[in-house]
Amino acid sequence: MPAPKFPEVPEAMSRRSFVSWIAVGWVGFGAAMATGLTAVGRLFFPNVTFEPPQKFKAGFPTEFDINKVDERFKKRYGVWIVRDERGIYALSTVCTHLGCTPNWLEGEQKFKCPCHGSGFYKTGINFEGPAPRPLERFQIALAEDGQILIDKDKKFQEEKGQWADPAAFLELA
Amino acid sequence: MAKVGLIESITKSQAWKSIFRHGPPTNARNKVLAVLMNVFLHLHPIRMKKSGVRMSFTWCMGGITFFLFIVETVTGVLLMFYYRPTAEFAYADIIALREHVPIGIMREVHRWGAHLMVIAVWLHMFRVFLTGSYKPPREFNWGIGVILLTLTLLLSFTGYLLPWDQLAIWAITVGSNMARATPFLGHEGPGASLINMLLGFEVVHSGSDARFALLAGRVVGEATLLRFYVLHCIFIPLVAALLMAVHFWRVRKDGGISGPL
Repeated sequence: MPAPKFPEVPEAMSRRSFVSWIAVGWVGFGAAMATGLTAVGRLFFPNVTFEPPQKFKAGFPTEFDINKVDERFKKRYGVWIVRDERGIYALSTVCTHLGCTPNWLEGEQKFKCPCHGSGFYKTGINFEGPAPRPLERFQIALAEDGQILIDKDKKFQEEKGQWADPAAFLELA
Repeated sequence: MAKVGLIESITKSQAWKSIFRHGPPTNARNKVLAVLMNVFLHLHPIRMKKSGVRMSFTWCMGGITFFLFIVETVTGVLLMFYYRPTAEFAYADIIALREHVPIGIMREVHRWGAHLMVIAVWLHMFRVFLTGSYKPPREFNWGIGVILLTLTLLLSFTGYLLPWDQLAIWAITVGSNMARATPFLGHEGPGASLINMLLGFEVVHSGSDARFALLAGRVVGEATLLRFYVLHCIFIPLVAALLMAVHFWRVRKDGGISGPL
């Protein structure tokens, strides 16, 4: 009786090449997951927001009365524009305590926060309540057409000595 | 033909037997099977120590927290039949629930249930701490519990915005300001300026940081309302339910409810 014929066994994959293919597989899977998750993370940052722009024109310097707090840009942009004898500065309407919006009290000549009672002078310096530091100022300059240009992306903090920066104050002759 | 009783005819029927694959839990084997064969009960241990159900030891705070989670889920789903998360309708719908929806008081139940759940979760944690139940082999489950505590607080936080009144908007404004100071991810946090300096351009700014991702904007607006609504109704409850399953399972696997020494 002839010996039974076994089917030919194909050459088995070596252990070394098996391990390296597994490694390639895992790296590929990891890269695909990382790409996918990054893309999903990006979903939470829309390309367009329907908010007022960070940079805006606030009219001509002559429109502002000396020693008055202008509230025209408070609601839309969150900015008070204050004119003093020397020039103009733009104050942020965000309270430095917890982020509420204070009110300008013309009679008492101070900003008063309704949330926890912080008070600020017209300059933005804090003097009462829990606010730990003065209101922030925004970059202010004159545009080519002579209008005031305010950039909320650049802010100046008094406690860091940044109010001395020429961009924090629009000097008027 | 032998007379068959009503109960017997039900328990011997094919329908009954297809649901309950074992006899009544009158002997030790069937008592074990009753727990083991049930998808909900099987998270629990088959047997537990007498001390595990002693109220003075456990305060039952974990169980009460879970009960309140179920209350919140049921009342929350009922509220979703009326509430629309848009700036135009949100506040009006909340008023409508009170004014012209039968049992619209469901909203108060949801609100008070939320307060109670936060209190119960803290007391549960306090009890676990006092009884030393966070010690090995239960440290992993303590970690899961801390995440569940955070999720409970986040559920309260996201739910706070939904009535869309002045209190809600300013509370979320104040609360989300913390995200400004997130290390590396908040534009006013430590490390943000370092990243911007290293990369050479402003990567982390008020329009790309953690707070922006949370609010979908630089200020609380309609996009924030929708984002918080989805987090409140879908995302956080799902994650919490998943972790709760792990939490209960691990109580069993780590030796059951800890007993007095």
